[in-house]
Amino acid sequence: MADAGGIGRTPLLEVRGLKMHFPITSGLLRRQIGAVKAVDDVSFDVFPRETLGMVGESGCGKSTCGRAVLRLYDITAGTIRLDGVEIGQIPQPRLRKLRPKMQMVFQDPQASLNPRMTVAGIIGEPLDEHAGWGRRQKLDRIYELMDAVGLNRNFVNRYPHEFSGGQRQRIGIARALALNPAFIVCDEPIAALDVSIQAQVVNLLEELQQRFGLTYLFISHDLSMVRHIATRVAVMYLGKIVEIAPRERLYADPKHPYTQALLSAVPEPDPAAERRVERIILKGDVPSPANPPKGCNFCTRCPQVMEICREIDPPTQEVAPGQFVACHLYGEPRRTTAEATAA
Amino acid sequence: MLNYTIRRLAMAVPTVLIISLLIFLLLDLAPGDPTAQLPLTIPPEVREDIRMALGLGDPVLIRYVKWLQLMVINEPLHALANLTGWNVAPDTQRILSWQTRSPVGDIIAQRIPQTLWVVGLGYLFGVLIALPIGIISAYKQYSWFDQIGTFISMVGFSVPVFFTGVVMILVFSVWLGWFPSMYDTTLRVTNWETFVRQVRQMVMPVAVLALFNAAQISRFMRASMLDNLNQDYVRTARAKGMKEQVVVLVHVLRNSMIPVVTVIALGIPAVFSGAIITETIFRVNGLGALLINAIYANDIPMVQTLTFIFAVLIVLFNLIADVLYGILDPRIRYD
Repeated sequence: MADAGGIGRTPLLEVRGLKMHFPITSGLLRRQIGAVKAVDDVSFDVFPRETLGMVGESGCGKSTCGRAVLRLYDITAGTIRLDGVEIGQIPQPRLRKLRPKMQMVFQDPQASLNPRMTVAGIIGEPLDEHAGWGRRQKLDRIYELMDAVGLNRNFVNRYPHEFSGGQRQRIGIARALALNPAFIVCDEPIAALDVSIQAQVVNLLEELQQRFGLTYLFISHDLSMVRHIATRVAVMYLGKIVEIAPRERLYADPKHPYTQALLSAVPEPDPAAERRVERIILKGDVPSPANPPKGCNFCTRCPQVMEICREIDPPTQEVAPGQFVACHLYGEPRRTTAEATAA
Repeated sequence: MLNYTIRRLAMAVPTVLIISLLIFLLLDLAPGDPTAQLPLTIPPEVREDIRMALGLGDPVLIRYVKWLQLMVINEPLHALANLTGWNVAPDTQRILSWQTRSPVGDIIAQRIPQTLWVVGLGYLFGVLIALPIGIISAYKQYSWFDQIGTFISMVGFSVPVFFTGVVMILVFSVWLGWFPSMYDTTLRVTNWETFVRQVRQMVMPVAVLALFNAAQISRFMRASMLDNLNQDYVRTARAKGMKEQVVVLVHVLRNSMIPVVTVIALGIPAVFSGAIITETIFRVNGLGALLINAIYANDIPMVQTLTFIFAVLIVLFNLIADVLYGILDPRIRYD
């Protein structure tokens, strides 16, 4: 998936073979007996000023992937290059210096803001740490950010609990913007909001992207929202990316059976068309990421499963320009995943 | 907030009055006679005269009102006069102890310093030890430090002070002879040598109380820190690129202190009421010992006065804890 979509452009973020395994311990001495493979060998690129949408059902590892990319976890394996700097394995103190470049907007705007800090404290704290500005300059910047996200300046000394959900998410976005980051991971920023507010927040994110030239990794389970905001879309299933393609291609011609099933589940607003839609209903549950099936992760639920799927993990292949699929339905397994990522 | 505090203070007045009436009536109903410890040879008429002289002839409510006037007006004025040297003390009768026939207020004033020094220092050291232990235990949950700290606090919490106190006397006074087993109240600190003696006699009672208090508070601190360490806003702080120190000591600690400060504030009245058992074991001549002796001797005015003071302190520190809660947690507003 190395050169997806952006021929001739250098990616802002290059992720190769990212693995995030959480140990499972048990017994008196808490010996490790296994691992939850939340993210298992994921590779993708994000190009400057684009939005990579990341979709998948609950528990598929989207959020973990987003946090791992920002090194909010110590990753198990893989490389992450942000703007040419390898951040995959560097220790946290050195990483701290790089934080201004990469920020995150969190899912739950209530819990992710410190209840005992005012808006000024929340937005201004990164400036204390990384910019070392004076009071006046800092306050000016806080006002500027509040204007940018559409918050009333008079609210600067209020606490998070005094705001509505949408306003809190705006605070979260202003906070993420404080240090002029290049790359922002939006971890389901709209999942906790109601629909009318979702549109406001997404439009705000788009507007800010235009204004400040931001690059987003937009994690969501809302396919229509991702269709609206993303330039390219990656579909995750059980810790792996099964398909990654430019938005139009993915929605017009999904290749992976899981993507097809996922897209067929999107409600159709036109009732006449709705009746004609053939839904692909997947049977069974997602297998446990602690004990994924042999071969393809999707083989237990795939409507088009073949013998080979239960034996060999399908490699990722380019089936159309910029469209990469990990599925045995498309061509012979010529390359292994490792080789594909090395290419 | 100010309105709330004033309203609470105003509401505290009837609370304290009801408590005082209950204390007075309960002690009045309790069996016991102030002349019981006088020689049996005293004839009944004389005994009756003694009772009358002590003011026991009036109906109970009259006696209550008289006592209340002495308690809330005269005695505080006397205390103020003693403290400042102003000439505000009314020239009327005071509440007299039946044991010593001297004013209850003066005896309490003599006992307060010992209690505050020993029990207060025990509390202070307990808090100072407990907070870092709780913080580190939570931050490094399940580490060796946490295991040992949790074990010690479990021991400190479950082993009563009359056991730890006696064990310490046995080890450090009897076997090692490092510290005196009895607290000498008459010791006046005038030079280095007496200061060292004072410190040595305070070590054991303070240590016993500090262990007990630290055990409780460190458990609260640890639990509260653990609650907050996994919160989303902590991840936000890390994502902002804050130093680990700032994340833990500013973001997590400030949020974790809310319940802990309440617990600490509510523990302070217990400092004044003295640690009865610890004071008795180490012969510290404090308020706890005073109360227990007054109960043995049927010294009702003394018991009434002490209980009333404790009640006022408890009401007051409850109020302080509530106000602190509001200051520490912006989500709580009482108006």
